[in-house]
Amino acid sequence: MSLKRIDLLICCGSGCVSAGSLKIKEKFHEVLDQKGLTSEINIIETGCMGPCDYGPVMVIYPEGIFYKKVTVEDVEEIVTEHFEKGRPVKRLMLQDMDEKTIPAQKDVPFYQKQIKVALENCGYIDPESLDEYIATGGYEALGTVLTTMKPLDVIEIIKNSGLRGRGGGGFPTHIKWKMVHDAVADQKYYICNGDEGDPGAFMDRSLLEGDPHRILEGMMIGAYAMGASRGYLYIRAEYPLAIKRIKMAIAQAHEMGLMGENIFGSDFCFDAEVRTGAGAFVCGEETALIHSIEGNRGNPSPKPPYPAVSGLWGKPTVVNNVETLGNIPTIFRKGAEWFASMGTATSKGTKVFALTGDIRNTGLVEVPMGITLRELIFDVGGGMVGDRNFKAVQLGGPSGGCLTTEHLDVPVDYETLKEKGAMMGSGGVIVMNDQKCMVNVAKFFMDFCVDESCGKCSPCRIGLKQLYEILERITNGEGKEGDIDELIRLGEAVNKLSLCGLGQTAPNPVLSTLRYFRNEYEAHIRDKACANKVCLPLMHFNIHKDKCIGCSLCARKCPVTCISGSREEKYTIHQLDCIKCGNCMEVCPVKAIDKIAGMHPEVVAHKIAEKKALESED
Amino acid sequence: MYQEICSKYAPTKDNLIYILHEIQDTHPQHYISEEAVDYIAQYLNIHANHIYGVLTFYTMYSTKPRGKNIIRLCESPPCYIKGSENILRKLHILLGVETGETTKDGEFTLELCACLGVCGNAPVMMINDDVYGDLTEERVEEIITKIRGRK
Repeated sequence: MSLKRIDLLICCGSGCVSAGSLKIKEKFHEVLDQKGLTSEINIIETGCMGPCDYGPVMVIYPEGIFYKKVTVEDVEEIVTEHFEKGRPVKRLMLQDMDEKTIPAQKDVPFYQKQIKVALENCGYIDPESLDEYIATGGYEALGTVLTTMKPLDVIEIIKNSGLRGRGGGGFPTHIKWKMVHDAVADQKYYICNGDEGDPGAFMDRSLLEGDPHRILEGMMIGAYAMGASRGYLYIRAEYPLAIKRIKMAIAQAHEMGLMGENIFGSDFCFDAEVRTGAGAFVCGEETALIHSIEGNRGNPSPKPPYPAVSGLWGKPTVVNNVETLGNIPTIFRKGAEWFASMGTATSKGTKVFALTGDIRNTGLVEVPMGITLRELIFDVGGGMVGDRNFKAVQLGGPSGGCLTTEHLDVPVDYETLKEKGAMMGSGGVIVMNDQKCMVNVAKFFMDFCVDESCGKCSPCRIGLKQLYEILERITNGEGKEGDIDELIRLGEAVNKLSLCGLGQTAPNPVLSTLRYFRNEYEAHIRDKACANKVCLPLMHFNIHKDKCIGCSLCARKCPVTCISGSREEKYTIHQLDCIKCGNCMEVCPVKAIDKIAGMHPEVVAHKIAEKKALESED
Repeated sequence: MYQEICSKYAPTKDNLIYILHEIQDTHPQHYISEEAVDYIAQYLNIHANHIYGVLTFYTMYSTKPRGKNIIRLCESPPCYIKGSENILRKLHILLGVETGETTKDGEFTLELCACLGVCGNAPVMMINDDVYGDLTEERVEEIITKIRGRK
């Protein structure tokens, strides 16, 4: 590869691709071709740069200029202005709160508190080029390990680094490795868990897509430490690009002699293979994942025996998460002490978080453990979208719990989050503003878990369904006294009795919202009111007679013709027939229609009468 | 066709998921037929009921014929927070089918799915292998019209 005047790095992570970055890349090729600039400018397709909300994004070196929300139409201008005349396009740069332009990527506030370890190369190198990985120090750690260290030394370094599993459990990585190292068997397996299914988490996808060789290097270091010669990367079928990139990386590593027989001239031989899922959240659970690789239904099995004793095809197996593996090469390059110097007493290093929901800078960030939620959400994440207030954050996906404003200053580490009723999980951070109804959110998470429960054990299969039905009743305005106690009782039972992590943690969203937003549940049950007017049966529309001009537009747009009136008498909604579609409110030219929290008194009276009639029939 | 696909994989049970994927992907109606199951059972020397067990466990497989293009709209919480319900309503109107159904012309099947891992650009849907993010009702219409035009 010859040196060129300008390096144009285009983010081609799935987020930016979904926003059209591939078309922009093609357009750059086309324009540069036309202008005969291909020999001067290098176009590099990188993995995820992080700030998905600004996508499609790109960085232009040598200056490191950061452009956001680029469209195909902007390409000509970037080429003529920036590349030919040396005048970067100001309107595509980021503006801060004071409308000051921020030209360089390094000054973008989003990156300020981040320290990239696992994501070191993500968004910086071409993931399809082994040369670029090697140029950034890639495979150096593997070389050192294989040529100068004994397996137990490797495990010792991981122990000293304090690395814990990044997939959810937070189990110390070195203990898993040591167990398999000590096991006596003719074959041991190493599995990389890329079945990232937590709604709101996409760090594993970005790592696999953006820096695949790092994962392979991490795997081989681990495999050497425990004496495994075969590895599997289990990746969700929903991630076709990640599958393609990792397969390509395996082929490149083989070709270069970095995988296969006698790697780095040592006795160590290792081969890895990709396996895909087919759409089952539960397969992220390690025993379920192993069953899936074996070609079975992805049902979990009871532990013990742990996979470290009897895993894939009954052999000792370690299952490590993608992000965990992503940290390993850097730990060996920079030292265990360096890694352990970041974070808190029990949670070392950094953690990748996926910021989603009502937050300004959605995207992927890597921050030191122990950062406060406030820093994570407001400094890195840029705070809330619009002028809304922060209400709650769901940490750890459907297995996690929600935290509120009172927790904004707690440090983010495994223990503290657990103590407060949430969990690190895989690092999904779903931020919610004050417009959200927490009962509805809890119902939504429960719906997900009911769908994804594999059905093998009854507490999870039946218990979750019961929890969901109670929540559905409450949000439909049919909640009754005792429902809250029942939710807690059931939730705790499912938590204690379920077979695997899915069921054990699935009631968390309900239990944690009950813990912090009990008043909302009570208002739904007792007052039949959803304060944020999200649960349709618990709100109604009302026409203000004094504002209504009698134009009849609402009545004409009502799909169930439940609005009547005249120019003189103004218009009224017949509450019993209203389906709460909101059309009337949308079309009203004078904004005379309001959403009001609570079931309309007429509807309440009707429901009581209905109930009485039913009772007298009995 | 089945023979050609199966022979690419060693006849061991762990290849079942791969074989099912490939058979489904290459079938114009994106599903796995009874004949396919019978063939695989013979090839891998396993019972057809094991295959059905696997087939019905994973959400991506279908035992019923589907459309040429499979639309999978994410129904997970981050997309829900960003308004996936409106997108679903729009798709119902645009396609004239309910969730899980195929359009009369056999062009589209509309499905819901769990998180696609593009939550930074929610709401998101996948059509076949392509991901479409930052969806608005207008963008959905554009995308569907464009794919319809490709015929």
